[in-house]
Amino acid sequence: MPMISIERRLAQPRWLSVAVPIASVGVSFLVMAAVLAATGHNPLETYRRLFDAAFIGSAAWTDTLISATPLLFTGLAAAVAFRMQLWNIGAEGQLYLGAIGGAGAAIWLGPHHATVFTILAMCVCGAAAGSLWALIPGVLKAFGRTNEIITSLMLNYVAGQLLTYLIFDSASPWRDISTVQTRSFPQAIPLQASQFWPTLSPSNIVIPFGFLLAIGIAAVLAFLFRATRFGFEMNVIGDSQRAARYAGMRTRRKILAVMAISGAVAGLGGASQVGDFAHELDASPQGLQGANYGYTGIVVAALGRYNPFAVCLVGVLLGGLQNAGLFLQGVDFPSGLVGVMQGIILFCALGGELLIRYRVRIRRQARSTAEDVPAADAKPTP
Amino acid sequence: MINSSLMVLVLSQAVTYGTPILFAALGELLAERSGVLNLGVEGMMLVGAVMGFWAVQRAPGPGSLVLVLAVLTAAFAGALMGLIHAFLVVTLRASQIVSGLALTIFAGGLGLSSYLGNDLGLADVPPKYQLGQINVFGLKNVSVVGPILFNQSALVYASWALTIAVALYLSRTRFGLNVRAVGESPGAADAMGINIAVYRYAHVLGGGALAGVGGACFSLSITPGWTAGDSLVGGAGWIAIALVIFSFWRAELCLVGAYLFGALSGGLPAAIQAHNYKAIPTFFKTPEFLNALPYLTTVIVLVIIASGWAKRRLGAPAALGIPYVREER
Repeated sequence: MPMISIERRLAQPRWLSVAVPIASVGVSFLVMAAVLAATGHNPLETYRRLFDAAFIGSAAWTDTLISATPLLFTGLAAAVAFRMQLWNIGAEGQLYLGAIGGAGAAIWLGPHHATVFTILAMCVCGAAAGSLWALIPGVLKAFGRTNEIITSLMLNYVAGQLLTYLIFDSASPWRDISTVQTRSFPQAIPLQASQFWPTLSPSNIVIPFGFLLAIGIAAVLAFLFRATRFGFEMNVIGDSQRAARYAGMRTRRKILAVMAISGAVAGLGGASQVGDFAHELDASPQGLQGANYGYTGIVVAALGRYNPFAVCLVGVLLGGLQNAGLFLQGVDFPSGLVGVMQGIILFCALGGELLIRYRVRIRRQARSTAEDVPAADAKPTP
Repeated sequence: MINSSLMVLVLSQAVTYGTPILFAALGELLAERSGVLNLGVEGMMLVGAVMGFWAVQRAPGPGSLVLVLAVLTAAFAGALMGLIHAFLVVTLRASQIVSGLALTIFAGGLGLSSYLGNDLGLADVPPKYQLGQINVFGLKNVSVVGPILFNQSALVYASWALTIAVALYLSRTRFGLNVRAVGESPGAADAMGINIAVYRYAHVLGGGALAGVGGACFSLSITPGWTAGDSLVGGAGWIAIALVIFSFWRAELCLVGAYLFGALSGGLPAAIQAHNYKAIPTFFKTPEFLNALPYLTTVIVLVIIASGWAKRRLGAPAALGIPYVREER
């Protein structure tokens, strides 16, 4: 009878940290196929349609990039914080605040400014709003030792209510009260055409400006993590807060800074939602609040193993999945399937983590005599 | 002035709305006492809610039997969700935080619960049966106490029994003491001959089952039916996790806390809106503020707990969140 033993690896080979996530995506597709077959859907047919809808043709790619853009922002936001073992689950709410800030800047400035200036203002206000919202759990964590998982999550619900309030309250500067219709059916003030964020279309694929902005932020973050003292200290604090304190690092200050950065990135995502796509502060249930970008960002960050460029790649893949799910949604493709798939992919990636950190060895059961046991163990373990 | 009949209404709603939170919190309490943090409560509740409602619609037999079956189905579904988490964190030693979040995403409003509900055709279907109020011992008409405590659904009475059972289990039984050992010092427990993995699996599964029942409170009793998305449970699972923290990991305090949050999410907002009190500024009467109230309160209470004297007296299980590996203890 074979015996399974799990041993900690002394060194983690680099290729494994690429191969394991890819393999776990493969495994998760197998698991998902079983779920699909069990609920009476043809897995191969479903996968083919998913892939077609996500990645075949320029129209599909355009929609995929639209779906991917917010995921890149929220994925990066989660990655920054999670890297330091700071569990900011609040990207969802920080994204709403970013949208509020971005839309607020556009409404306040009005349509008569240069587009570049408007975009800059929207980005700054969106990032600042998201950052301040993230600093609430940040300050509570740094000075009150409050569990940031729950506080940041609770504030998501509060942010959602704030978003609704700003559109439904009659005195709100965000609310459009210019026509009779909007006075009875609350709606936000829409952006003017001169305030829309530009798009880039090298071929037939339309790339939103926000997508490029997210890639740029990923590059900045990668530099921050790899080449700066700040990034180094983040890694140390993430590995062991106590060691970091003994080494004289200011963990409290770092918590605040990382929360602020994380919230700012998520906030930029919110501003991009307003500037790139919705062109207004969208409080409908199908809008910002129904999309769960913040929570999906956690999947993106974990699958990308908190590496900024990997996060971008995973963001595009999951964006494709989300876009295809939305496109195919119907009787034979129930909504919820995409979330199930994301969950399964994440479970498999988590399980796969074991293979990166540990060596699983299957060996023959040691024979009954005691002398044989050391011989079996004496094999060199590279 | 708040008149007494309104007060009674608010309090009875507090008990009604607090019950799902109480079930979920007791489940999470069991898992955490064994050293496993499960952040997937919200997802497990949603799956429990949808599967409970499915059983009500499809199971044959007389109404009362169907309802019992529905609660059991919800518990089973919740336990299955717990099994995923237990396998990942106990056997595969994955990060408990990420795994719990993954469970919420997997099972949550845009995931499995929504998939099941839509695929089984449960959205906005009128319920065949629901758990109604039971007038125990004819005490319903006793003033004040009657409507608050003795005119509730069967799940409410079950939750009281469960609170006592969990409290006694953890303090008075051998298994309960073993669980606490596993959560406080798995190394020592292992040396005593306690099987760590079995205890952790059992309590995460049990916790999942209770979360499933908590979800069923919504779909069978409070708002009978099922709607797509996560609005049915609406963050109650997360409040339950917070509740475990500020009940200092004690069952009897969970009950008190659950009813506090029940009041904030159920009766109080309705009462404030219905009776337009002059003393309260307009902003605090908006539906948005009242909806945000339970979440804001959770944050505030957590801050008070974390900073206050309480933390030093009664804390979390020492091994909470740490995977146990015998070779590395």
